[in-house]
Amino acid sequence: MSKKTLIPVGPYHPLQEEPELFKLYCDGEIVKDIKWETGYNHRSIEKLSESKTYEQVFFLVERICGICSTSHPFAFANAVEEIVGVEITNRAKYIRSIIAELERIHSHLLWVGLAGHFLGYNTVFMWAWKYREPILDLFEMITGNRNSYAMFRVGGVRRDIENSKIQTIQKILSECRKKNDLLTGAVMDDPVIHARTKGVGILTKQDVLDYCAVGPTARASGVAIDIRKDDPYAAYPLVNWKVITAEAGDVFAKAEVRLLEMYESFSIIEQCLEGLKKEKEGDITVRITEIPEGVGHGRAEAPRGEVFHFVVSDGSNSPARHKIRAPSYVNIATFRKSCIGQTIADATITLAAVDPCYCCTERMASVYDMSSGERIMNANELINLSSSKTSELKKQMDRK
Amino acid sequence: MGFKDYCFRKSLWVFHFGGASCNNCDIEILDCLTPRHDLERFGILLVGSVRHADVLLVNGSINMRDKDRLLEIYNQAPKPILVVAIGACGCTGGIFAEGITFAGPVDKIIPVDAYIPGCPPKPEAIIAGIVKLAGRK
Repeated sequence: MSKKTLIPVGPYHPLQEEPELFKLYCDGEIVKDIKWETGYNHRSIEKLSESKTYEQVFFLVERICGICSTSHPFAFANAVEEIVGVEITNRAKYIRSIIAELERIHSHLLWVGLAGHFLGYNTVFMWAWKYREPILDLFEMITGNRNSYAMFRVGGVRRDIENSKIQTIQKILSECRKKNDLLTGAVMDDPVIHARTKGVGILTKQDVLDYCAVGPTARASGVAIDIRKDDPYAAYPLVNWKVITAEAGDVFAKAEVRLLEMYESFSIIEQCLEGLKKEKEGDITVRITEIPEGVGHGRAEAPRGEVFHFVVSDGSNSPARHKIRAPSYVNIATFRKSCIGQTIADATITLAAVDPCYCCTERMASVYDMSSGERIMNANELINLSSSKTSELKKQMDRK
Repeated sequence: MGFKDYCFRKSLWVFHFGGASCNNCDIEILDCLTPRHDLERFGILLVGSVRHADVLLVNGSINMRDKDRLLEIYNQAPKPILVVAIGACGCTGGIFAEGITFAGPVDKIIPVDAYIPGCPPKPEAIIAGIVKLAGRK
């Protein structure tokens, strides 16, 4: 019988910005099994949300994840607007889409940089992050902050993009696009990147369907799912764009999907800016006085996939229940398919290829009785249950 | 100038501890090291182990699970070490201070030398904070 070596990655590892623990069980160079431990980032957001008013919850959900700090408010706004049954103005739709697409560009550039860093290509890391800076400057210009934009509210957006600013935005974007061409060319043509990423961490179409993966992870394996097309919201039905897919399902395909998606985002933003010019300035919110009793589902396509928010309203000014599902939650499970059988050196880039976001993902695990709705036991109690079962079995064996 | 200040005059090596954060401070810290801000020109370097570090950057609210690990990492660090709490969550707990898993802001767990507030603080603020620490008399 072969001996397995355990290689822990994390919880505080220089490779990762965020705390999480991967346990790689290896036989020689080959990863045989992978386990994932979490809880280092749990902040009890769903519980906190129930103690805040609808306007305040936006600031809270924005801080679920700093990188997708538009997707969560977007999904929450969609959910609450479903309860109210309100249609927001076209100008607000365009502004929402512009912010979300700018965020997608900055998030994908960030990923390209980090992926380069994991491959040992620090030049790619520095380049990508350098080209990301003008996007953050744009955010600062439009929203007043580099991250956490606080643009969303129930019934519209908080700040307008003045028509006088549109030309400056277009100019910065066209410069970014040129830089993007350079970066895309450099990454797609590099023989070393090809050698390191092609055929590594393959996720087949069937795996994607089995594990319910979402976002670029799914699209890189040829599954064209995108909430912006499947369940259109905001300005996405008003503009022309297409869903980018690739067939191979390996790390290279995931990079390709993200790099090409950025061009779609550029094109969406440009069309939205043109759309803004036709709408009346300042027409950004619909006044909402009351949020009735009801249930709302909100979905939005984050840079990493589908964000889902479920809100129950009891007619008061704060949500009675707020459930969040982030895309990384389903995407992380695909590691079992993509990592096992790889060498340790390839495991890091395979883990990174999904662009996992742990601060989005951290949720409490507990067991509920479906019929009565009572909580039966929490994670600790489950562990105690398991250990007591082991000790009982041991006793039985001793008797024999 | 005492021995401690003498040690921290030049080339601060930094270890980054991300607690239960929203990632914003983490990416802004990384941003400090990339070409626009380029902290390495001050000799400031991100290191992989706290045993090599002069500065411990802590960001994010600290939850029950992080608390012991933060203490452990602080105990492993060579002394003297400068501890910097970054962001609203690091300084006070921020929006997550009322959470059920919150285990106190950083300065309740380990001694803190400097606070850099903001949600997230801009890279300029982070650099200004660290340079002030390095140059203090």
